[in-house]
Amino acid sequence: MALLEARGVSVTYEPARGVRIWSVRDVDVTLEEGEFVGLVGESGCGKTTLGFALTRMLRPPARLDSGTITFDGVDVGTLDGEALRRQRRNGFALVLQSGMNALNPVRTVEHHLGDILKAHARAGEKLPAAAIRRRGAELLDMVRLDPAVLHRFPHELSGGMRQRVAIALALALEPRFIVFDEPTTALDVIVQGAVMQTIKDLQRDKGFTAMLISHDLGVVFEATSRVMVMYAGRIVEDQPSKELLHGAHHPYTEALLNCYADPRADEVRIDGIPGNPPDLSVSISGCPFEPRCPLAEEICVEKDPLLSPLGRGTAACHVRTRASRPPVEVRSVR
Amino acid sequence: MSVDVDAAGQRTPAGGGDQGPSPLGNVPPLIVTGVSKIYANRGRRDKAVTAVDNVSFTIASGAAVGLVGASGSGKSTLAKMITGTERPTSGSIHFGEFAVDRLRPGRRRKFHSRVQMVFQDPYGALNPLHTVEYTLMRPCENFLHMSGQEARQRVHELLETVGLTPPTQYAAKLPHQLSGGQRQRVVIAHALACNPELIVADEPASMLDVSLRADVLKLLATLREERGLSLLYITHDLLSARVVTDEILVLNKGKVVEQGPTKQVLQHPRDSYTVQLLNAVATPFAIAPAPDAPDEELTAGAPAEPAP
Repeated sequence: MALLEARGVSVTYEPARGVRIWSVRDVDVTLEEGEFVGLVGESGCGKTTLGFALTRMLRPPARLDSGTITFDGVDVGTLDGEALRRQRRNGFALVLQSGMNALNPVRTVEHHLGDILKAHARAGEKLPAAAIRRRGAELLDMVRLDPAVLHRFPHELSGGMRQRVAIALALALEPRFIVFDEPTTALDVIVQGAVMQTIKDLQRDKGFTAMLISHDLGVVFEATSRVMVMYAGRIVEDQPSKELLHGAHHPYTEALLNCYADPRADEVRIDGIPGNPPDLSVSISGCPFEPRCPLAEEICVEKDPLLSPLGRGTAACHVRTRASRPPVEVRSVR
Repeated sequence: MSVDVDAAGQRTPAGGGDQGPSPLGNVPPLIVTGVSKIYANRGRRDKAVTAVDNVSFTIASGAAVGLVGASGSGKSTLAKMITGTERPTSGSIHFGEFAVDRLRPGRRRKFHSRVQMVFQDPYGALNPLHTVEYTLMRPCENFLHMSGQEARQRVHELLETVGLTPPTQYAAKLPHQLSGGQRQRVVIAHALACNPELIVADEPASMLDVSLRADVLKLLATLREERGLSLLYITHDLLSARVVTDEILVLNKGKVVEQGPTKQVLQHPRDSYTVQLLNAVATPFAIAPAPDAPDEELTAGAPAEPAP
């Protein structure tokens, strides 16, 4: 059975004043135990919101509008209060883009780690300072930091080191599912490479299920085995990473890939994607990518495409789905 | 329209400048000679930080030069010295008749009408309380001494130049009503307002979505071609450096470790740091590492990261 199964998840932002935004629209996600998947898309496509929804981190004005989320057989979509807290303790963690700024500037790294361990200690469990220190050193070792970092304050650490501390915090309770939301976006290329390598190693060694949210396809392709492409609150393509490298099936994924090139190639050309993503405060009829799509046909304006088998995964595109199907033989009757 | 152009002397009037090619004519080369910048640490000589170490290069008239390197390599410090906001500890920087390294306060204004910067963060570069029109009118009034009427006209031309059309739709907007890509275009228009001859762009596309990156880079390339201005492009993104520049300098710990035509440097890197940078770039199309690539530093974790 899959570790996490989300069906028909929709999330809306409904501020007290202002317009309502349909950020995630009817999304299904299935994550197998130990899988490392990527979630990519442009800013505002709902990828972070989906990651928050799966880990039950949504806060008003965001609201899980509909859908069910089953984690290890438990319906976590409806949990709250103490039950949700207990589920978190056994289940999932989140590493944020600004996780490095999430550290309290007047507390040491040890305090942060101890805080989590104490907050989620089982009833009656004793946590002497020495145990916290031992566990803290262990966690820092996992993210390749010196145990001496325990006694440091956040400002004494570099950006990459702070992000490693954020990862150590996420690992503290040995979660089975971790969402990494743009964990390396704020870091420079070389540090980014090193932090991603640590994340990949940890995932392989610990075997937790991971979801990497990023707008950088390069980072995602290097780390994950499966990639979900999100556009306008929907998953539009879901393929093994290797399959996508040899050619995307959805025109949006194709356009995203064309934004990259090998800087060492003889001829380098990168394209943008013309136009803007659709406004998510109004309902969208037809394919959401249709206005920007070079392949768009009449049917794309009329009908919203569903995810259907294509390549070694799925994609939601009328034109490509039809093209992949063997032509139907029409026998003319005389 | 008559425009006071005493700032640049020989330059063409601004009025018709935005419709078609308007070569600036004689853009002087930027000559950087043996520039170093040492930040003293509260007077303690033993703790001084050498941010830029004896760097020399030239940006020829109308050329685009890239400055690449990881964080802390001294890219931005060098940019600050070139734009006159920091003074080099030693060495000289010349741009036309300006000795940038010892610019007197009185000359600064004149210098800045010819050298402009575009920064990384379009969210931080625009005052959230000012409309696009107001933001873009300021340099027209300050540097070109235009009347309000003329400046307003020029704002429309500038918006068209950077592809924010129709201009009337964007002029009255506040920064929060624009997308990141649109904001960066406004920042570029702002830099162009006084007809600069050199633009120093510090990571102009790194905070934008990849889908918008190409458009902003294309805009820079087009402007350079049509206006004949020189460009110093600072980035850690080797792909964008390849697209925008003809020549690059690779900086590591304040020193130039490699320098040459962009394509050649990226295809046949000679320095191990350049190779390391190339390998750190995550592209969807896996780059085969060079056989002698020293990648132990990349995986060693914490020691590879510079202290803050």
